[in-house]
Amino acid sequence: MKSASNGSGPKIGFYICHCGTNIAGTIDVEAVREHAAKLPGVAVSKGYKYMCSDPGQEMIAQDIRAQGLERLVVAACSPNLHEETFRKAAAKGGLNPFFFQMVNIREHASWVHEDKAAATQKAEDQVRAAIHRVRFHKALEKKRVPVHPDVMVVGGGIAGIHAALTAANAGKKVILVEREATIGGHMALFDKTFPTLDCSACILTPKMSAVKGHPNITLWAYSEVTKVEGYVGNFKVTVKRKPRYVKEDLCVGCDACIDACVFKEAKFPDEFNQGLSKRKPVYLSFPQATPKVVTIDPKTCIQLKTGKCKMTCAAACDRKAIDFGQKEESKEVPVGAIILTTGFDAFDPKRHEYYGYGRYPNVYSALEVERLVNASGPTGGDVVLRDGRRPEAIGIIHCVGSRDEHTNKWCSRVCCMYSLKLAHLLKERTGAQVYNFYIDMRTPGKTFEEFYDRLLKEGVQFVRGRVAEVNDWAMTREEEGRLVIRVEDTLAGFVRRIPVDMVVLSQGLEARKDALDVRRIFNIGCGSDGFFQERHPKLAPVSTFADGIFIAGACQGPKDIPDTVAQAGAAAAEALALVDAGHVEMEPNTSRVVEEECSGCKSCVPLCPYSAITFDEAKKKASINEILCKGCGVCAAACPSGSIRQNLFEDDEIFGEIEGVLS
Amino acid sequence: MNYLYYPGCSLKGTGRAYDESLKAVCRALGITLSEVPDWNCCGATAYMSVEETRAHALAARNLSLADAAAADKGLKRDIIAPCSACYLVLAKTLHALDEQIETRVLVERALKAGGLDMPKAGLQVRHPLDVLVNDVGLAAISAKVKSPLKGLKLAPYYGCQLVRPYAAFDDQAHPVTMDRLMAASGAECVDFPLKTRCCGGSLTGTVPDAGLRLAYIILKEAKKRGAHAVVTVCPLCQFNLDGYQDKIAAEFEEVAMPVLYFTQVLGLALGLSERELGIQRGIVPAEPALAGRR
Repeated sequence: MKSASNGSGPKIGFYICHCGTNIAGTIDVEAVREHAAKLPGVAVSKGYKYMCSDPGQEMIAQDIRAQGLERLVVAACSPNLHEETFRKAAAKGGLNPFFFQMVNIREHASWVHEDKAAATQKAEDQVRAAIHRVRFHKALEKKRVPVHPDVMVVGGGIAGIHAALTAANAGKKVILVEREATIGGHMALFDKTFPTLDCSACILTPKMSAVKGHPNITLWAYSEVTKVEGYVGNFKVTVKRKPRYVKEDLCVGCDACIDACVFKEAKFPDEFNQGLSKRKPVYLSFPQATPKVVTIDPKTCIQLKTGKCKMTCAAACDRKAIDFGQKEESKEVPVGAIILTTGFDAFDPKRHEYYGYGRYPNVYSALEVERLVNASGPTGGDVVLRDGRRPEAIGIIHCVGSRDEHTNKWCSRVCCMYSLKLAHLLKERTGAQVYNFYIDMRTPGKTFEEFYDRLLKEGVQFVRGRVAEVNDWAMTREEEGRLVIRVEDTLAGFVRRIPVDMVVLSQGLEARKDALDVRRIFNIGCGSDGFFQERHPKLAPVSTFADGIFIAGACQGPKDIPDTVAQAGAAAAEALALVDAGHVEMEPNTSRVVEEECSGCKSCVPLCPYSAITFDEAKKKASINEILCKGCGVCAAACPSGSIRQNLFEDDEIFGEIEGVLS
Repeated sequence: MNYLYYPGCSLKGTGRAYDESLKAVCRALGITLSEVPDWNCCGATAYMSVEETRAHALAARNLSLADAAAADKGLKRDIIAPCSACYLVLAKTLHALDEQIETRVLVERALKAGGLDMPKAGLQVRHPLDVLVNDVGLAAISAKVKSPLKGLKLAPYYGCQLVRPYAAFDDQAHPVTMDRLMAASGAECVDFPLKTRCCGGSLTGTVPDAGLRLAYIILKEAKKRGAHAVVTVCPLCQFNLDGYQDKIAAEFEEVAMPVLYFTQVLGLALGLSERELGIQRGIVPAEPALAGRR
């Protein structure tokens, strides 16, 4: 199928894919093929049902060899899917893989149009553009960069614990950084887990001690990442280690200092118990805290606040572990890959004024109830209300801060199930009448629906309707002195007032308050909901747009423990694949400065989102680190003297493309 | 401080005590009110739900006159509208003129026909509660309090329209501005979660059973929570809660709960006389609750 190649430019091979009927159903591929065949320089023009298949790729490689093709254009799907496939096919035929241009006539034409003639016309325009452009392509090489073998995991909840153990078991050195005094995260707060009702502590704490005892894991609790420099395979991470005022290597968590504290009574809200109990300034979050090291809170400790305390705690410690002179430390570590498992924040139910949280003492957040029903919680699992009463009727309100235009629009995925779990536990512990107020019951996990069914049989009441208000004003004698839930029962079709003694607000999950700051540190993205953005929702769910940085668990979006653990394992596998390869290949679509043309105006320096541009004060020229450059093109577009060039986006290539569209 | 003043019909009729007390308080605090010349009905909630565009035109006439008056006399372009219905309707029209291009064109045409100009951007509708607390300030007010109302317990009742749908200066569900102002007057506000519940609105006239029940719930809860009086910001709320207590007594129970305007309570604390503040106009006498409180 030779065409009138005039012989002046490189010989171009053109291939169009039918993609079954995905493309051929809307675009007249034969017409496009014929159109391309007549374009200058095109030596081969062929169509095939599936270009990405082995025979398709083989056809390309053979033609390159047999016909001496010098450039390759494939009109098919998105380069996101198959650019790499066809680059390999080019290489197989002996052609530099960057002598190739891909045309997306599926996502950009056949899938988004119905008018066949117009779609065909558009595909022809796109093809012309690529054929005009590819002539100017230059041979490029991917750079190979060695990779540091260590892995950092940031966040020590169940996701971080699982990811760290997975990587460490594969023989990698892992640094696990946790912001709080102990690892364990939200899972450590729970009594039971749905739908199996197995004890949360029983399954979590062995993994926590495994982290502590693992020879390959360095655990830095009470620490935060403050800076990440470098690039995929070669990050340099700065970690701030906050002072505990206790020497971690000496403390064994024996509690002697806690007993000896000058505060005879605990009087500060215990964060771990959601404020339902009190702690002293020197405390251990919970008996299985890992590391099992006490922490002294500088906000409440008299010695740290005023310097005038008898320091009975220090005297009581026979290991001399207490050190009021401890200072914040900053450590810098090199790692090859980073896994972010920073988790979620529970929605603050105070934001939902109508439900009276913070105004009525017997309105509880779900996390508070998790502690209240917990055998190791503030009441040992005995459900006693803040006013000392035992509830006879309990209302659990779903979707507080979920599926709500005014707060968070998303479904938090776990609340229906944990509400069922709490309903079961509360009924079991109190014998109370328990109501669930739901919009829709969402029980799509394995054995979830069966659990719902079990609750129905246990006699828990389900009312379909979004609760309007929780108030304390009575209309009847029965309501006197109780909380009243006002709700439209959308199955019964009328408004109900249901008096209860205890209200549980099933808080939704949202991104951490500082997710945006963390995002900046790691140079990754957040979605409009604030959760970290995965590279592809289906095909790259634990990768991010920053190579070498992976995400897992609820920092990526609300999810339950099984999904979190699965993602953590996936993120660990991705990190292992990266560091085990020993090197990474960098895309060559980077920018470079033509020094003789650079005027040294520095406009480009602050524009670079990847901090890849530095200014050489001696030469008065900008300089781009090719390894850091992600090829976004901002600098090349902004450079006033046009002295920044970007591979694959050179002026002649872009003008060629424009000329092709317009010709 | 100079403000435009749009009293609306209630303040010239059933809400006279509100008009009198607001003016008295403003005098005491050095605020000058310039009544919008030749103002007309705001349209209230009824007209807006029957004929929206015309209702906007009706309200826009007031805004246009106010804007012209402000330009004429060099006044701040803030209109004080004490009645919650007026406040909401005027604000709604300002929003509509800003956001709905079609309404804007039609209203402009209607105003032109009447020889009036469109109100210019920057004109604001303000509630006196907002102005007193956020412009004058609680510190300045506290400094002028001469006779703090020691021991007076109040149920702060805001009604619906002040904070919904526009929560211009306070929370939609749980507003606190009046609570803070009453505290500055030396009075104590009881915990009153019914502060934005419906007072009955026009139902007291059209479906009395439902309307009276709504008013009754507010009054009996105020009583249960130990309030000596309900304090409100809206003439319709005041009228519904104060005016039907005989019927409420016949149908439910005797509540005998005085219902005051927040400006009356503030005026008392500023040392003004009951007469100046129209305290005697209440149907349920407030004098016994106020006796010996200052």
